[in-house]
Amino acid sequence: MSRDASKLGFYLLLAPLLLWLVLLIILPHIGLFVVSVSEKVGVREYEIGLGNYAAFFTEPLYWRTFARTAIMSILATGLTLILGFPIAYYIAKLTKGRTKTTLFLMCMIPFWVSELVRTYGWMILLRESGVFSSFLQYVGLASGPVEMLYNDAAIMVGLVYTSILFMVVPLVTTLDSLDDSLIEAGYDLGGSSFSILREIVIPHAMPGIVSGCIVVFMLSLGNYLTPILLGGKDSLWFTGMIYTQFITRFNWELGSAFGFLLLALSSVLVFVGLKLSRQSLSGTMGR
Amino acid sequence: MTDAPDLVCRDLVKEFDQFRAVDHVSFEVPQGSFFSILGPSGCGKTTLLRMIAGFQAPSDGELLIKGKSMIGVPPNKRPVSMVFQHLALFPTMNIGDNVGFGLRQRGVNRTDIKKRVEEVLARVGLPGTSGRRVDQLSGGQRQRVAIARCMILEPDLLLLDEPLGALDLKLREHMKLELKALQHEFGTTFVYITHDQSEALVMSDNVAVMNHGRFEQIGSPHDIYYKPATAFVAGFVGDANRFSARVKGSSEESLILETEAGSTMEVEAKMADLNVGQHAQVFLRPEAIELAKSKEQITGNSNVTSGTVTSVLFNGANSMVALRETGSGATLNVALPQTGAFSDLSEGDEIFASWHPTKARCYPGDGA
Amino acid sequence: MIPTVPQPAVMTWCYRAYVILFFVYLALPLSVVCLFAFNNSVFPSLPWEGFTLAWFFGSDAPYIGVFNERSILRAIGTSAFVAVWVAGLAVVVGTCNAFLFVRHEFRGKALLYMLMLLPLIIPGVILGISILVFSSAVANTLEDATGMWFDGLRPGLPLVILGQFSFVATFATLVISARLQKFDPSLEEAALNLGASKFGAVRQITLPFLLPAIVASAIVSVLMSFENFNTTLMLVGSESPLTITMFDKLKQGSTPVLNAVSLLLIIVSAAIGLMSLLFQNSKR
Repeated sequence: MSRDASKLGFYLLLAPLLLWLVLLIILPHIGLFVVSVSEKVGVREYEIGLGNYAAFFTEPLYWRTFARTAIMSILATGLTLILGFPIAYYIAKLTKGRTKTTLFLMCMIPFWVSELVRTYGWMILLRESGVFSSFLQYVGLASGPVEMLYNDAAIMVGLVYTSILFMVVPLVTTLDSLDDSLIEAGYDLGGSSFSILREIVIPHAMPGIVSGCIVVFMLSLGNYLTPILLGGKDSLWFTGMIYTQFITRFNWELGSAFGFLLLALSSVLVFVGLKLSRQSLSGTMGR
Repeated sequence: MTDAPDLVCRDLVKEFDQFRAVDHVSFEVPQGSFFSILGPSGCGKTTLLRMIAGFQAPSDGELLIKGKSMIGVPPNKRPVSMVFQHLALFPTMNIGDNVGFGLRQRGVNRTDIKKRVEEVLARVGLPGTSGRRVDQLSGGQRQRVAIARCMILEPDLLLLDEPLGALDLKLREHMKLELKALQHEFGTTFVYITHDQSEALVMSDNVAVMNHGRFEQIGSPHDIYYKPATAFVAGFVGDANRFSARVKGSSEESLILETEAGSTMEVEAKMADLNVGQHAQVFLRPEAIELAKSKEQITGNSNVTSGTVTSVLFNGANSMVALRETGSGATLNVALPQTGAFSDLSEGDEIFASWHPTKARCYPGDGA
Repeated sequence: MIPTVPQPAVMTWCYRAYVILFFVYLALPLSVVCLFAFNNSVFPSLPWEGFTLAWFFGSDAPYIGVFNERSILRAIGTSAFVAVWVAGLAVVVGTCNAFLFVRHEFRGKALLYMLMLLPLIIPGVILGISILVFSSAVANTLEDATGMWFDGLRPGLPLVILGQFSFVATFATLVISARLQKFDPSLEEAALNLGASKFGAVRQITLPFLLPAIVASAIVSVLMSFENFNTTLMLVGSESPLTITMFDKLKQGSTPVLNAVSLLLIIVSAAIGLMSLLFQNSKR
C-alpha cells in the first residue's frame, strides 16, 4: 500500500462530494444571484443592475408578502415550540420503556406521510363541507356551513402540524440526556417547578430548542403546499410569489431576486438564532 | 441547642409492587454527628435516603427532622440537602451559580449571594473558583463544590449518596479524611450511605448495617467491627474466616464446636444461646489468629491447630498467609504480624496457629 | 416534573389531558383521509353514504378506483423511478462522504462539512429554482455553442432526480457517518494484519458494519424522495411524480380517489418508516 495509492483513494472520495456541492449547490446559487442582478433590455439581452431588487422594495405587495411570510413563520416556530415542548418533556421524562417507544412512534408516523396527504386531511376537516363544519351543524352550534379554510389561522394550524415533529424529536433527544438527579438536586436545593424549568431544564435543552426552531422556521418559510392549499389563492406566501414569477409570469430575473431575498432572510435569522443561543451550525444540525 | 435528635425514623416502611425495599427501620441521629448506613447494593439504603430527602414517600412509619414530621412535605420544602451519587452539579452553570442556586430560590439578593458563595467556597478550600465551569474542576474539587452547594443553605441534615463511588482509589482515601474534616468544620449532621465498609468505619460516629431492607445493627464503628451483632454483620464488615459447625458440648463458660471439616474449637458460651446439637456459624478475624513456629511457644490460647502454608499474599502492612489445616484440610487466612516476624514464611512450611475463645464470634447457624 | 417529585393531582391530569389532545390533533387529519377513502360518495365529505371499495377497485365512472386510474398509476411509477435513482445516488455519495469526513484529515475539512450541511437550511423552493436557473443557463450556452439540443438540462425527470439528490445526500451522509464513527478501526487493522488488502478489509469488515446505516439511509431517501414537493415542483417537466399529480388533481377538486391514494401512501410510508427504524435499531 503506497502513499500514492492512499492519495488516489482520498481524491476518489473527495470527487463525489465536490461534484455534488459545486454543481448542485454552489454554482446554482451563484447563477441565481447573477440572474437576480440582470435586467432584461431586449430579446436575450441583459444588463447588470439592481432593478429587480428595486422592484421588490417599491412594490408594496412584494415586500409586504415577504414581511408577512417572515412574521408568520416566526409565529409558527414559537407556537410549535410552546406546543411541542410539553410533549417532548412528557415523552422524555415521564414515560419509560415501551410506552415511551410507542408514543415516540405515534409522533413519527404522521411525518413519514407526504405533506400533501397531511394538508389534504386538514382540508377535509376544515372546509365548508368538511367534518368540523358538519359537526358544528349537527350539534347545533352553527346554523349553516362554516368555512374554516382559507384564513391565516388555518395556515397556522397546517404549518404547526407539518413541522411539529422536527421540534419534538430534537427536544426528546436532548431532554432524554438530562439526568433526573439534576432535577432532583434542583428540588432538593429548594427550587420550584418553574425555577427548575427555567434554570436547569431549558438551559440543558437549548441545543435541541435551537435546532428544532431552525428546522421549523426553515420549513415554514420555504413551505408552499400548506399556505396555498389551506390559505387559498390569496394566501400571500412568498414561495407562492416565487413560483408565480418563475412558472406563470416567466420573469426569472425577478423570481431569482425573490429567491435570493428569501435565502438571505433565512440565513440571517438562522445566524442570529445561533448567535443568540451561542450554538454552532455543525453542533446543532450535524447530529 | 435543643435535645431533639436531628433525624428520627420510626418503623419506616417502603413497599414497591411486590417487594419491600425498606422494612420497619427505626433509628435516631443526634445533632452534629456523622451517621453512615452501610450495606450491599440492593439492600434498600438508597430508597431509605431518598425517603429522607423526599423523593420517595414512605408506605408506613414516621419520619421526623428536628422533631417535625416530614410526611407529605415536598423535597424543596425540607430542611435537608443531598449530595447526589454523581454529584448532579448543573453543567449549564458555572461554579458560583451552582453554589448560589439554593439562595436564588430563596430570593436572597445578588450581592449577598455573591458574598456568601465566596465565603462557603473558601470554607471548602476553593476560594476564587466561582467563575469556573464545572468541567474545569477535578473530581475532588467537584465533590467539595457539591458539598458547598448544600452547606450554603445551612441545612439541618446533609444526605450523601455514595458520593465517593465514582472516584479513583487514591482520591477516595483522601476524600474520606476530607469529608470527615468538612463535617467537623460545619458541625452539620451528615447521613452517609455507602457499600464501602472502610468509608463507613473511618468517617462515622455511628454506623447502621443494612441488609434486605432491615437494620442488622446500629453502633459505633468499633462495636460494628469487634462486636458484630449478627452473622451478616460479621461476614460483611471486615475479613473473617468462616466456619459452619455443630455444638458438641457446652459448659458455663464455653461451647465446644465441631466444624463441618471435622476440627474442634472452643468459643465463649455467652456469644450465642446454643444447645448441644444445634448448628452454628463461627467468624474469626485473620488478625485474631496468632502464629507460632512450635507448639511450645503458644501460651494462653486454648484453640491450637497446625497447617501447611499454601500461599503468602504480600500486601505491605496487610500481608496474609493462607494455611491448610493439617487435620481437616480447611483453609485458614491469617494476618502476618507487622513486626516482621514470619516474613520468611514460604509455601509448604509447617506452622502452628492459635486463638483465644473470646476472639471468635459465634452465631446460630442455618444448618447448611 | 419527574415521577419522583410529587405534584398536585390536578396538574398531572391536566398534563395528561394535553398529551392526549395533542395525539388526537396528530391523528385526526390522517384518520379522516383514510376514512373517506371508503365513503360511497363522490365527495370526500360527510354525510357517510355507506362503505365501498370502489375508490380502490372500481372501473365505472364516476367510481374509478386507484388501480384503474391511469394517470395515478403512471405517477406512482414515475415517483418510484425517481426515488430509486435518488436513493442510489445518495447512498453512494453519502458513503464516500462518510469515509472522507470520518477517516481523513485535510485542509478545508471544516468548511466542506459546513457546506455539506447547507442543504438542510436552504428552503427546497430555492434549491429548485437555483438548479433550474443554472441548468437552463448551461443548456442555453451549450445549445448556442453547438447547435444541438440538451433536453436533459431542461425541466424533467433528470433535474428532479438531481434536485432531490442535492439535499437527500446530506441526510445519507449524516446517518452513515454516525455509524462509521462508532466503528473500531482496530477491526480493520486486524484484517490487514491477517493478510487482507486495504480494499478487501473495507469490503469484508467495514461495509458489512455500515450496512444497517446504509439500508436505513436508502429507505429514508426513498421516503424523502416520494414525499418531496417543493424542489420537485420547480423542476418537473411533462412527466410528474405522484405528489405533483395529486396536487394538480386537488386543485381541480378533490374526489375520494385521492383519499384512496393517500391511504395507500400512509400505509406504505408507515411501513417503510418502521422498517428504517428497525434497521437502525439492529445496529447492536
